[in-house]
Amino acid sequence: MSLAIDRLWVGLLDTLLMVGVSSLLALALGLPMAVILVVTGRGDLFPSPLLNRVLGWVVNLFRSIPFLILMVALIPFTRWIVGTTYGVWAAVVPLTLAATPFFARIAEVSLREVDKGLTEAAQAMGFHRWHIIWHVLLPEARPGIVSGFTITLVTMINASAMAGAIGAGGLGDLAYRYGYQRFVMQVMLTVIVVLVALVTVLQFFGDRLSRRLNHR
Amino acid sequence: MVSLTLPGERDALLSPTTETAGKVHVQIRGLSKRYPGQTQEALKEVDLQVKRGEIFGIIGRSGAGKSTLIRCLNRLENPTRGQVVIDGVDLGTLSDRQLVDWRRRTGMIFQHFNLLSAKTVRENIELPMKVAGVPAAERRRKVDELLALVGLEQRQHAWPAQLSGGQKQRVGIARALVHDPELLLCDEATSALDPETTRSILALLKKINQQRHITIVLITHEMDVVHDLCHQVAVIDQGVIIERGPVWQVYSDPQQETTRQLLNPLFSALPEAIQPLLTPTRQHADSRLLVRLRYTGQGAQPDLAALSARVGGQLTLLFSAVEWVDSKPTGQMLLLLDARHESDPARAVLISLADQLEIPGYVTGY
Repeated sequence: MSLAIDRLWVGLLDTLLMVGVSSLLALALGLPMAVILVVTGRGDLFPSPLLNRVLGWVVNLFRSIPFLILMVALIPFTRWIVGTTYGVWAAVVPLTLAATPFFARIAEVSLREVDKGLTEAAQAMGFHRWHIIWHVLLPEARPGIVSGFTITLVTMINASAMAGAIGAGGLGDLAYRYGYQRFVMQVMLTVIVVLVALVTVLQFFGDRLSRRLNHR
Repeated sequence: MVSLTLPGERDALLSPTTETAGKVHVQIRGLSKRYPGQTQEALKEVDLQVKRGEIFGIIGRSGAGKSTLIRCLNRLENPTRGQVVIDGVDLGTLSDRQLVDWRRRTGMIFQHFNLLSAKTVRENIELPMKVAGVPAAERRRKVDELLALVGLEQRQHAWPAQLSGGQKQRVGIARALVHDPELLLCDEATSALDPETTRSILALLKKINQQRHITIVLITHEMDVVHDLCHQVAVIDQGVIIERGPVWQVYSDPQQETTRQLLNPLFSALPEAIQPLLTPTRQHADSRLLVRLRYTGQGAQPDLAALSARVGGQLTLLFSAVEWVDSKPTGQMLLLLDARHESDPARAVLISLADQLEIPGYVTGY
């Protein structure tokens, strides 16, 4: 039993590591992408139809590939980046590449919802365009971006379980091996309980932070 | 922060305006705007002149082009043709960078206030100075000064969502004044407010105009705003300025039907009860003469004693609306008189008591 608890603990840490690292990377990469998608639109702050179209197309490409297939397709790339295709760090690569466009699209929606009147007022007050992005668009969209990041985290917990199935470790791996391959229902149920608790806690704090930031 | 000197010396532009009061501040020449994909022009060859220190109102129905016009004054909108020259600077010649610097010296307030929801009242007022690179101590001083001006010291740490509409517009006004602009653009600034709040905001704008000598250009569809606040008014309809002049003049003696409807819906109206009884000729011995006396600020006084003394006989007041605009009586009285007043000498008496006389006809059986 203590062995199982040890494995559960290690699995939880692996999951948190995979999800945490890939989601933070997605935040760092996806937010600028979202901003670019919004401000390069026609008649917007930095109109650039070509960049807008190319970036939109890349995002759609990665969004349309099912995660399991993306993982397999990225194996050479993953090996090139981390030197292995096995383990937690190898899973971070496809997870990040899945999470980034996912989060970028959600953040894009929040940024688009910022009232055009605010941009106009900022222009009328003599803001440079990057001031508008930094002081108007991002702060005003912040509650929505936080909610979107929470959704990304939960989705990545889901995806990390799939990564576990091809040898990345983590809770998904544990549940799959004990529950599916060895029919140890208890371990699988425990993993489910831990996952539910994890998602609940994340959602709770995500909602709370979003609400606290929202002064609309 | 980059600070640019504009064509025309900055120091000269920022000097006190009192000596230059009455000089042209904003000159609009042949301004036209056609939006892409539209056949109708939103603005057609608009020419306007706004003098320094003036409150200039542009009134029109929605879709008349007034919004486009005011947005051309800080180039939120680029005109298709024509020029906007402010303080001798042709806005069309400014580069993007110069334009940013220029806009800092032109304040603007909006119908829907456009405050940042994620910033407090204080932060909202401070931000335009922050992005312009004003030092923190100076920002603090200026925010305090403006909070006092608009009377919101108590609410400085509130979020905009916690404020009433009037308070939000006060924040908008404070925010528009951070760089001590000489020109303030008001885009339907009171249209989202109730009448009482509207009055308090108009009073604040008037105070700003008088104390800080700021030229104000405003657009509105509310005649009361023009009437209570403006010195000059231009009426815009389908992208064309159809009438302009001092408010008292346009208000009391509108030349265009659209102006009449906008400024003074009662201009040629008759009470409903009277309409069916009205005939162009005298129908009956009891018929009485319907007379409309207009006051258009050209000297005639609505002197009731003189009216009663000189007209004589039965004198019934049906309707009256006389207001003092710019210390001049404007409005009208609708009276029923004895029919004998149809004679020319009687008419002469009546016309001596008003600026304009109109005799719609005879009323029988009222």
